[in-house]
Amino acid sequence: MTKRFKLIDLDCANCAAKMETAIKKLDGVEDAAVSFMMQKLTVTADEGRFEEIMDQIEKACKKVEPDCRIVR
Amino acid sequence: MTKRQKTMLLRIIIGAVLLIAAVLVPYEGPWRFALFLPAYFTVGWDVLWRAVRNIANGQVFDENFLMALATMGAFCTGFFGEGEYPEAVFVMLFYQVGELFQGYAVGKSRRSISSLMDLRPDYANLETDGEVAQVDPEDVPVGGVIVVKPGEKIPLDGTVIEGSSTLNTAALTGESMPRSVGAGESVPSGCVNLSGVLRIRVEKEFGESTVAKILDLVENASSKKARAENFITRFARYYTPAVVIGAVLLAVIPPLFMGGWGQWVQRALTFLVVSCPCALVISVPLSFFGGIGGASRQGILIKGGNYMEALAAADMVVFDKTGTLTQGVFKVTEIHPEGMSEKELLELAALAESWSDHPISRSLKEAWGGEPDRSRVGEAEELSGRGVRVQVDGRTVCAGNRRLMDEIGARCPENTAAGTVVHVAVDGAYAGHIIIADQLKADSKDAVKELRERGIKTVMLTGDSKAAGEAATRELGIDQVHTELMPAGKVGMVEKLLGERTGRGRLAFVGDGINDAPVLSRADVGIAMGALGSDAAIEAADVVLMDDKPSKLSLAIRISRRTIAIVKENIWFALGVKGLVLLLTALGVTGMWLAVFADVGVMVLAVLNATRALSAR
Repeated sequence: MTKRFKLIDLDCANCAAKMETAIKKLDGVEDAAVSFMMQKLTVTADEGRFEEIMDQIEKACKKVEPDCRIVR
Repeated sequence: MTKRQKTMLLRIIIGAVLLIAAVLVPYEGPWRFALFLPAYFTVGWDVLWRAVRNIANGQVFDENFLMALATMGAFCTGFFGEGEYPEAVFVMLFYQVGELFQGYAVGKSRRSISSLMDLRPDYANLETDGEVAQVDPEDVPVGGVIVVKPGEKIPLDGTVIEGSSTLNTAALTGESMPRSVGAGESVPSGCVNLSGVLRIRVEKEFGESTVAKILDLVENASSKKARAENFITRFARYYTPAVVIGAVLLAVIPPLFMGGWGQWVQRALTFLVVSCPCALVISVPLSFFGGIGGASRQGILIKGGNYMEALAAADMVVFDKTGTLTQGVFKVTEIHPEGMSEKELLELAALAESWSDHPISRSLKEAWGGEPDRSRVGEAEELSGRGVRVQVDGRTVCAGNRRLMDEIGARCPENTAAGTVVHVAVDGAYAGHIIIADQLKADSKDAVKELRERGIKTVMLTGDSKAAGEAATRELGIDQVHTELMPAGKVGMVEKLLGERTGRGRLAFVGDGINDAPVLSRADVGIAMGALGSDAAIEAADVVLMDDKPSKLSLAIRISRRTIAIVKENIWFALGVKGLVLLLTALGVTGMWLAVFADVGVMVLAVLNATRALSAR
């Protein structure tokens, strides 16, 4: 399943790239893209575990860029 | 400017004032550095805070950390008498100015793109039981009736049931020529109604309508990253640690042999200032975003940076003929009767084909002028791939291609005309032939010419006869033609062309997107034309031309090449300046001042250069 989320206060392009790398490494994530320009996160992940995976993604992003929030 | 940016600007101004004040204070004692602390913290407290926080999160080499280290280091060397305190504050100040500018420029181009993609309708006037109410377009059901007044956007795809008007499709196609519509015609969402009131029956719910599809496509385009983008991301991952290691080596190794620790530590700190890859990381996606946004304003939807790259690298464009280079409208161009008048021959052909709805049959009926009297037509038999055999007024009329004539033993002349030839025989005797040809689009010739001027080879694929295909090729100036291809044969031909290729050029295929989806996906870049109102085409292609003008193709290639050129300029410029500054710093020629100028300056210039991509022409 693929879902898109808005990102708030994603201020640096390098962090966006780092977030993307971190998310892609997570278990259950098939694909992920962080678009700095659109301020959007696109995640393709296991449908049954999606919510749980999203929690993990949020945690991973907090580590890279604590100012940025994912709107779920 | 956002509120955050305004706060930042204020901090920068206050910091600058404090810095100047501190420089002017005539105190030279050991506590002099304390004079600069207020300015330093005013400008850079958030950088320091983030550096600490990110280290706690295991993010070591981020820009905050590097800036914190470089400026703190400058303070320390200043304390030991080797450097200057103002330097530390100034570097931080300038870094913040750069960040502010970057945020502002990115926000601005983001807004200008979303404004040109301002297709989303705010409301729909839904008619229920004679009452009209404004509702959210998402709440309008399929089959509902909406009223669109002049000046309003058509909110959902539908069919006009009452009224006539002209529509401005510029937001969708980039075409300023208004299009007139009347009852019975389907209208796409996103057009602006110009003159009359229209009552429209909704055919698709909002999520499935043209507007939603286009917005979706443009918004997703930035998640399909170009090679250049991935390269930069990878590069950034190695660049920063490499420069930091270089800085450490520079601080330790030369002084072991030559002494002068303070001086080398200073040079090392300057390294750190240049180590941020921001200019690259920001300007590359910004350029692609601008290019894609600028193209969409012209009615060209490019589904990702990767496709833009491929389009820019295209050195062969393969066209499908019908509906792409030609109008896809067949017209009778020549009538050659034998033993009867032109009118009689046309009448016979029209009667024979009266049961068929093939485009050729329609053009025969049109040329004859109206619906033929079907009561004169008796038993009809469709002969697949050859034509029809029909009883007309008790006579057996055969209409079809040469094979059919050969089969029934009617002798027909050799034909070299361009177009589809319909031979007619009555009771086994040859009665003449009618030539039906597709009309070339007005701008096909110019489009092909422009592609060739750009060094792009053009190829045409068609299911038409050799004569028809070659005539069109000659007229348009196309390099290569492959005729008499079945739809499956087109895939094979594109595969063959792909197989014959060497080098880095890409192959683009242009079709109408309706029955050539397999070819579109097989080519390096699949381009669908005239996609307005055709969902299948929008789905299948990598690049979508909303209107059906071949000249938009060369425009798409021009925009792509320009964007890629901007991306390359930025990559080389940023890498070049950074490399130069690193070198000069290691040699001790430049100091921290110049380094921060170079770093922020490069970023500002790269961002400004990237915003050029938006103004596509």
